[in-house]
Amino acid sequence: MRLTLKVWRQKGPDAPGRLVEYEAPDVSPDMSFLEMLDVVNERLMERGEDPIEFAHDCREGICGTCSLMIDGVAHGPVRGAATCQVHMRSFADGASITIEPWRARPFPIIKDLVVDRAALDRIIQAGGYISAPTGGSPDGNAILIAKRYADDAMDAAACIGCGACVAACPNASASLFTAAKVSHLGLLPQGQPERYRRVVRMVEQMDLEGFGGCTLYGECQEACPKLISIDTIARMNRDYFKAAVIAGDRATVPEAAG
Amino acid sequence: MELRSRIPTGPIEQKWDKHRFEMKLVNPANKRKFSVIVVGTGLAGGSAAATLSELGYHVLCFSFHDSPRRAHSIAAQGGINAAKNYQNDGDSIYRLFYDTVKGGDFRAREANVYRLAQISVNIIDQCVAQGVPFAREYGGLLSNRSFGGAQVSRTFYARGQTGQQLLLGAYQALEKEIARGGVQMFTHTEMLDLVLVDGRARGIITRNLRTGAIEAYAADAVVLATGGYGNVFYLSTNAKNCNATAIWRAHKRGAAFANPCFTQIHPTCIPVSGDYQSKLTLMSESLRNDGRVWVPKKAGDKRPPREIPEAERDYYLERKYPSFGNLSPRDIASRAAKEVCDEGRGVGETGRGVYLDFEDAIKRLGEQKIRERYGNLFEMYEQITDENPYQVPMRIYPAVHYTMGGLWVDYNLMTTIPGLHVLGEANFSDHGANRLGASALMQGLADGYFIIPYTIGDYLANTKLEKITTDRPEFAEAKASVAALTTRLLGIKGKRTVDAFHRELGQIMWEDCGMARSAEGLRRALSRIPEVREEFWRNVNVPGSDVELNQALEKAGRVADYLEFAELMCTDALHREESCGGHLRVEHQTPDGETQRDDSRFAYAAAWEFCGVGNAPVLHKEPLTFEYVPLSQRSYK
Repeated sequence: MRLTLKVWRQKGPDAPGRLVEYEAPDVSPDMSFLEMLDVVNERLMERGEDPIEFAHDCREGICGTCSLMIDGVAHGPVRGAATCQVHMRSFADGASITIEPWRARPFPIIKDLVVDRAALDRIIQAGGYISAPTGGSPDGNAILIAKRYADDAMDAAACIGCGACVAACPNASASLFTAAKVSHLGLLPQGQPERYRRVVRMVEQMDLEGFGGCTLYGECQEACPKLISIDTIARMNRDYFKAAVIAGDRATVPEAAG
Repeated sequence: MELRSRIPTGPIEQKWDKHRFEMKLVNPANKRKFSVIVVGTGLAGGSAAATLSELGYHVLCFSFHDSPRRAHSIAAQGGINAAKNYQNDGDSIYRLFYDTVKGGDFRAREANVYRLAQISVNIIDQCVAQGVPFAREYGGLLSNRSFGGAQVSRTFYARGQTGQQLLLGAYQALEKEIARGGVQMFTHTEMLDLVLVDGRARGIITRNLRTGAIEAYAADAVVLATGGYGNVFYLSTNAKNCNATAIWRAHKRGAAFANPCFTQIHPTCIPVSGDYQSKLTLMSESLRNDGRVWVPKKAGDKRPPREIPEAERDYYLERKYPSFGNLSPRDIASRAAKEVCDEGRGVGETGRGVYLDFEDAIKRLGEQKIRERYGNLFEMYEQITDENPYQVPMRIYPAVHYTMGGLWVDYNLMTTIPGLHVLGEANFSDHGANRLGASALMQGLADGYFIIPYTIGDYLANTKLEKITTDRPEFAEAKASVAALTTRLLGIKGKRTVDAFHRELGQIMWEDCGMARSAEGLRRALSRIPEVREEFWRNVNVPGSDVELNQALEKAGRVADYLEFAELMCTDALHREESCGGHLRVEHQTPDGETQRDDSRFAYAAAWEFCGVGNAPVLHKEPLTFEYVPLSQRSYK
């Protein structure tokens, strides 16, 4: 296959960026998208040019590091796949492909196609956990969990934290990311004591980071490499509303609310 | 250098309890006066950093990733073992201990393995309390499955994403502690050197991967949980950025490196498809529960698999190992696959592959049941190969997956450098010469949640530690040497890329230090590695500068380390004139091609002392004694 790439190049966080065209003359359809970029980079370096920086690690769709906007679609054309799981057989020979970084104000560009997603970690810090310090836990089978809830929790917990939902959202909302964690923990009996405090804190942190609000476009669930459903957002909104109503003052929801 | 294993005395069942009582404690009010550096945020590092912070220590935690959630533990698919005996099938702590020592082909420390089996039950409880969504039965109880090397079902799992869910549990606990102020987190920050003050590990030198800034950090103790060195082979199932730099540079500062030749080649990976291949993808071993492994009986049989009649197929694992069959341990299954491919019976375009066939399982259980069990793995396979494994058998081939060797540690997980502790895959301790499936997650979390939090307290309470800052000359010296290395790499401006060297090294290692090793091959590797290293330092091309994000520069440092480490690995493999677990020396096989151990000469852990690049390392031996699991030839027949 012969491809033309238009790649976003940007020297650093404050430098201006632009699309630069590269030829990729002998691409095998069995290559992964990132392997295709590897080959392009090898050639650039052999010519003494700086390679295209892109984030990647596990290359099997689970670490959430890779993050490319391919022809305007987060993670490219394969549904339910991260960029690293997209293979070149998904593109037509002779195609021109535009490659850009995630674009959202809370994700500043570090260089080329690499963005800073620390804002997502800070949303987890705000409450995306169950406070269960090491030691003293009851037997794993002491609390029964119906398979249905365990399965639903697992569906939400499958989030890989890549940020595609933010990149795909016209509002740059992190609602799907936040709701996935709120749902995962809120569906389990172990997550109940902190359930309402958690949702309030996480939603407020999301706002503080500068992510937009959710207006239910649903682009996020289409872009999600794990196909996490926007039902989780409904669950988050319901819990958030309940917390606000019960507590009055949203910031100080008592632990026992709900 | 002296190897003191510090194994507690007394019966094996009581060693850990006794030791926990005998260890000194740090008063809760004093804990916050101690600082601990934790490098790495996988299962071992993440769980250790969170737990140490919960106890009150001041933790400085480092990761080269952009978030602590991305460490490669996340990719573990199959599950985590625990001796819960929930299935009432005869499991016990003793049986898990026994299976692990035997599975490791008698090259692990009995006392460590017993402790691991004991702690396994606490891990499950801890993870359930954190909200890890393990698979459950309709009645709400935890579900189990069986795994290679065991005849009981003791593996807990969360679909095919067990590592992810366990890591997110540890990550969330870590983020909780970061928010509370107990952990200071440094992401996108790579450790490039260890700093010793008065012979003790007192700090590290790091590079900020975004700005290139070289920085120094001081603490009272250092914990490395930086994973294995499988990427020395270039192609492995490890994530692209996994590397041995932290442990190798600690080794160069005086930490002994044990059993580097013990590497695990996993039997069920997707075969290599082209030269551009950047990594290999594992298909979880759990697939071997229902998939049957076979090749054609006739060499060169190129018919499509469904046209090969039953009578002309060789289900070689079932034939050779009737009692374990498709669930034989990894080293055995990998070698058997290599053997049939060497005989010309391999499948696929390259002939380096065997079938993993689900036809019978689908007939027996229905496609729906198979989809429930392995759906995501089947999808992943189809995405990569463009073949539907519900209709045609998967093609698999062994690939480098895990490294049992690592920095030598005592029972307290401390290296030969006082104050330097090593957890998880980065140490050598529990898996001997072969790790059983679903045991890596168990070990990482045992080390991080339940061992280091106790043993580091004993070290801190027993040691007179002067208060220091990074103003000490030792920090300036280490910083200067890191900066000099960076400058040197950028200054070569040669003709070949970093990856070209890495690929060449990987090829040498796979050919001569891979699944089958010979004295001749190892000697060949030992003469070629220094040549490649010499060319690297003369002809590598590292573009860009050191004041920006520069992944080629990061990689260059890691490959430079592999080019030194590879020599130690081959030296170790050459010296160990026996076969055990994943280490097969072709000169030492039983008449039917199984590993032939030599317990009279090699029942020890080989701990190597660094003596300068290119100089022969010095071997120190820690003798291994087996009081509970009698030394015997492993048999899975």
